[in-house]
Parts: sequence; C-alpha cells; structure tokens
Amino acid sequence: MRREVPLLITGIVGIVFVVSYFIPHYPFSEMEHWFSDWFAIVAACAIVLGALNLMVVSGQKIARRKEGWGYAIVIIATFLLMTIFGLAGGTGFRETGTGFDWLYKYTFIPLSATMYAILAFFVASASYRAFRARNAEATLLLAAAFLMMLGRVPVGDVITCFMPEGARMSDLAIWIMNFPQTAGQRAIMIGIALGLVSTSLRIILGVERSYLGGE
Amino acid sequence: MKTRMVEILVVILIAVLAVVAYLGKIWGWHEGFVFSTSVSLAVVILIFASLIWILVRTLMDKLVGRRIVFLYVGIAITLPLFMSIEQEIVISDEVQAIYDELEQLQPGSKVLVSLDYDPASAPELQPMAEAFFGECFKRDLKLIIMGLWPMGPQQANQAIDTIMARMGLDSTDVIYGEDYVNLGFQAGNEFVIQRMGSSFEAMFGTDYRGTPYQDLPLVRNVNNFSNIDFSYNISAGFPGTVEWVQIAVDRFGLRLAAGNTAVQAPTVYPYLRAGQLVGLMGGMSGGAEFEKLTHLEGKATTYMLSQSFSHIIVIGFIIIGNVAFFRSGRKSGLKE
Amino acid sequence: MDHFGLWLAAFLTLGIYSFLYKDNPWYKLSESIFIGISAGYWVVVMYWDNFYAKFWLGVFPNEQAVENGAEPDYWLLVGGVLGLLMLMRLIPKIGWVARWPLAFIVGATAGLWMMNYITSNCMSQIQSTIMPLFGADYSASIGEIIGNLVVIIGTFSGLVYFFFSKEHKGAFGATARVGIWTIMITFGAMFGYTVMSRMSLLIGRVDFIFGDWLGLIR
Repeated sequence: MRREVPLLITGIVGIVFVVSYFIPHYPFSEMEHWFSDWFAIVAACAIVLGALNLMVVSGQKIARRKEGWGYAIVIIATFLLMTIFGLAGGTGFRETGTGFDWLYKYTFIPLSATMYAILAFFVASASYRAFRARNAEATLLLAAAFLMMLGRVPVGDVITCFMPEGARMSDLAIWIMNFPQTAGQRAIMIGIALGLVSTSLRIILGVERSYLGGE
Repeated sequence: MKTRMVEILVVILIAVLAVVAYLGKIWGWHEGFVFSTSVSLAVVILIFASLIWILVRTLMDKLVGRRIVFLYVGIAITLPLFMSIEQEIVISDEVQAIYDELEQLQPGSKVLVSLDYDPASAPELQPMAEAFFGECFKRDLKLIIMGLWPMGPQQANQAIDTIMARMGLDSTDVIYGEDYVNLGFQAGNEFVIQRMGSSFEAMFGTDYRGTPYQDLPLVRNVNNFSNIDFSYNISAGFPGTVEWVQIAVDRFGLRLAAGNTAVQAPTVYPYLRAGQLVGLMGGMSGGAEFEKLTHLEGKATTYMLSQSFSHIIVIGFIIIGNVAFFRSGRKSGLKE
Repeated sequence: MDHFGLWLAAFLTLGIYSFLYKDNPWYKLSESIFIGISAGYWVVVMYWDNFYAKFWLGVFPNEQAVENGAEPDYWLLVGGVLGLLMLMRLIPKIGWVARWPLAFIVGATAGLWMMNYITSNCMSQIQSTIMPLFGADYSASIGEIIGNLVVIIGTFSGLVYFFFSKEHKGAFGATARVGIWTIMITFGAMFGYTVMSRMSLLIGRVDFIFGDWLGLIR
C-alpha cells in the first residue's frame, strides 16, 4: 500500500499523458481532462499544506520558546490578519478598496519587491569582488556581459555614436542575443530536454523511486 | 554602546527628514525636484571623477569595502531619477514584431493575456502590461486576462487602473465584461494551460469577482485557444513563457508574444528564433521600447537613465576589481 | 488610511534595506511580516479561486450556472479526495497516505513534461538550427549568414561539450572547446541581463521611496 499504490498511480497517470499526446481522443482525452482538473485541486492543497505547516512550525517555536519565537508570533498574526480579511471579503476579495487589497498594496507589494530588489546591491558587490578575467573563457564571459550591459540600454549607443548605424553597441548586443547566445541556450536546452525525458521515463516505469522517500 | 547611539541617531535623523519631506509633499511646500541638464551633467562628471579616484586608490593597493559599492549603486540608481537627460531608445526587431502583430489585428479581436508574475518583478513587467493594455484599448482589441501566478490578476487590475487614468478613460469607455475580463488565477501551473486547450470554462468557472463564466459576454463564446486571435504572456519564471510555448503554441497552435524579466529573457530567445514566439520584450528596456512604439511613455522610459547609470557603475567596479586582480599578480581576490 | 499605508510600506521597505548595514530586529520583523502575509495571501487565493470557484462550484453549480446549462462534475470529487489525502501529511500517524497525491503529481508532471520537452525544447530547436544558411529566400544579410553559421556550429559544439562519456581530446576536444566558448558567451549575456533585471527592481523601490512616498521626484 505504501509503495506499490503510489508507483501504480505514477505509472498510470504518466502513461495517460504520454498516450494522449499521440491519441488526443476518447478515452485518453477525457482522462487527461480529469487528471488536469485534479492536478489543479491537489496543487492548491499542496500550497495550503505548506502554509499550514508554516503555522505548525511557528506554533511549536512559540510553545518551546525557541530563539526568535517573538517573530513566530508576528508570522502567525500577519497570516491570520491576511486570511481573515481575504475570507471575509467574499469572492470580490481582490477588488480595489477592500481590506485585502489594502494589505496587498501596502505590505505585500513593498516587502516582496524589496526582498528581490536588495539583490542589486549584492550582484554589484559580488561582481566587484569575484568577476575576474582569469583565463580566455572568463574573459569571453566578461566581454559578453559588458556588451549586454551597455548594448541593452541607451548609453551603449551614446558611447558608439561615431559608428555607422547597424554597427553600434545595441546592434552588436542584439546580434549576440540572436546568434551565439541562442546557440549556447539551445545546447543547454536540448541537453536538459534529453535528461528530462530519460528521468521522466524512469519515473513512469517505476525505476526512479526517490520521490517516495524512505521506509 | 557608542555605535548603538550613532545608529539610533541616524535612524532618528532619517525619520525627521522623511517627515519634513512628506509634510512638504502634502502641504505643497515643494512639488518635487528636478536637476537642470547642466547640473545633471555636473553630477554625472562628479560621479565619474569619484570612480576614477577609487581606481587610483586601488592602484595604490587601497581597496574599497562592500558598503562603498552599495553606496555607489544607490547613488547610480537614485540621482538619475532627478535628472533631465534625454536618451534615444532604439527599437529592436523582437519588440517591433509585437507592435506589428497588434497592428494587423482587426478591432474586436480577442487577445488572451496571462500575467505570470508577482510584485517582486513589477518594476520590470508592470510597464509592459500597462502599455500593452493601453494599445489594445486604443485598437479596440478585447482582452481576456488571467494568471498562472496568484498575484497576476491583481497586478492586471492595477495596470488597467493606471493606464485608464493615464489615457483619460473611465469605466464607460472601457466596459468590464465586454471590452475586457479578468478570469483570475487558477492553481495547477502548466496543467491549467493544458486544460484550457479543450475548455477555458473548465478551469475558470468564474471571473475574479465570482461572476459565472457564461455571464460574461466577452468570453461566453470562447471555448478554447481556437477562439483566441493573439496572446501575450508576461512572465517572471515558472510557470510562464516556457510552458505557454510548450503547450499553447506547440500543441494548440496559439500565436504568442512574450514580455519577460531580463533574467528570463535570454532563455526564451531560442523559441523566438524558432518562430515559436512572435515577439519578445526583454526586461525594462523591452518595456521602454514598447512604450515608445505605442506613444504611451511611462515608468520604463523614465527609469532608463537610472538603468544606464547603474550598468556603468557595475562595469566600473568590475574593471576596478580586475585592475586590483592584475596588480596582485592574478593571485588573490579582494580584501577590504 | 492611504497616508498610514504609505508610511507602513516605507517602514517595511526600509526595514528590508536595513539588512545592507547588518542583520537587525527591524529587518527580522519585516521579514516575518512578509512570510505571514505571503502565506495568508496564498491560502485566501487558493480558497476562492480554486476550492470555491473550481471545486465547489464545479461539483455544486449555483442557480445562475445551472440556468446557463452547467452540470455538476462529480469527477472533481476524486481530485478533492486526493487533495484531502495531501493534507493528511500534517497528521504524522497517517502521513504516509500523502504519497498517493504526491505520486499523482509526479506521474502527471513526468508524463506531460516528457512530451513537451522532447517536442518544444528538443525537436523544434534542432529543426530551427538546421535552417537555410542564406535565409529561406536567399535574402539574409552578411550578419545573418554569419549568425546562422554561429548557431549551427555553436549548438553542435555546445552539445559535444556536454557529452562526458568520451574524453575531450583531439578533434572531439577541439569541438568541445568551441562549445565552451559559446556557452561562456551565453552565460555572459545572461549575467548582463541579470544585472539589468536586479537594477530594474531596485529602481522601482527607489522610485517608491523618493517619488510615491516622499514626493521628491517631479
């Protein structure tokens, strides 16, 4: 029950999706529709599970007075605040002017945006400390990065304004993106695709079972 | 103890300055500041001179710490927002292609827009959404909006409010349910796209307000991708453009263009070259290009000067770092 | 309320930025609020958009929907049961049943991805690489012709570089070397774009502080 049933489920569901690609007709199309619908519901439950798990972990932290338990109270309080406003708001909870929208606008947006924006400082600092032209490959990488940083913003063309049109920094940057960059991306893409296909096959055929964990 | 006191004093000072500036804003003491072109150029020269000074110090084996780098990044981003220097934005073929595609669509054509991003990527992607929505409203193209990221539909609402205000439109000019609908979010990532291939209604039983699908005149007769004339995906990662290409384009034949964060844009170029994508707006510069094409200049255009400046500062520090590296006989990294 | 909202947003923004100086309670407080608010956001959206709009109204359509011809879809109940089993993970004694929905997710993803990746990311890309060098109607410019050559050579040599079952020596090694150069250019371009992206996000926040909040930017 603990290993055989999951392996069977994985195999059947995987095979249905593969077969329905080639035979998009009844009964495979119908089964694929069911599975897609179920996937949406299970995915939503997985997300809710994550949130509930966070509450459990935070609750345990408070109960055991672990270091930083005060912050765990903040996590639970803000979670409840957002949830209550959202659930009480009905189906139009996202409308402009609702409490949920207010919290989204004045807490979620600034926090989420700033969390990522702070990386700009670290990218600059790390580049200064570690980005070195140690060998030919690294120099190539550096040169491509410089060209992109200058060529994709207006200042690149200001620097190369003496060049004829079609040979300015922006043209060079676009050429690199369209040709050598695309070539490298394709090599990586095809490599990943081949790896993914073999892993998927191993999963569907039950050879790869690590996702089931121990026991 | 002394350090703590200094820290508290700095915080108090910042708070006081902020209160003064804020009160100035609401009581009309100031209407914001802008440097004249000559002052802007003087500031630029000063920044470059200080960079050269850092380079000279580096040559003398006096290296700067990471907080100095942070400071420079902050300055490079902030000061250009006050400057008045005009920059020429060059239109790339991949952005032009999106505009051309919109130009070819007949008024009344249905355009599916999926906003697959969150506020973290909004500075890059929101201008794209605003300009795209604005251009669709101008051309009377009907928008069907959705999101594979939960925040997408809310970002769409904000973009629509902003662009309508900018274009002087109100809810009688652009009618919800007839000119555009927001179907909201649905969990399931690429499986949502897969299911939409056979039925939109199966995935989006209601719009984001809870109105049943069949009660929305715009989508009542939209069953699947075959009823869509063009689509545009604004994406910051997974699920996003890659999944739309793999399923909606390659399986169901949808015509798709994309707007991506700059981080993601290079990874979708192969799709562009293979014709799987009609066009691409990559990062804020892509957004600025589209704003220029549509004559709906907004944040992306305004931000381009800061963007240029910040790139130059990063390049400057990489050069300084490399100078130190070569001076030390290519042996070590930097020590503060 | 908007004044308070702006100050709250600014307080949280600066709280996160205070980390640039050092880790501190202001940052930790802002971080904790972010975690709590995000989790709450996800739960609410999942509840209304998924459990209510998709599952509940799918199984029990309301009067309006029935008038429009909607019929109950009882197959969704299976999805509901699988979802419920997923939540059993929270009860240690019967937590193992969560493996069933997990197996469902893994199987579905493997099946869908296998076909998507082989067609879109492998076959289509190979097809697009083997394009006419001079363009379909011999209209390619010199830059495009060179570019097309670069794509063919770069993609092929890049793939050779990823082939580790044979030692990179001789002609094979030389091809792999061209491959690594191509990949380095790709990584360089990606780095440049990453810098662009990160700076864009920071510009957005700085604009909020000096523009939306303090009104200093005209």
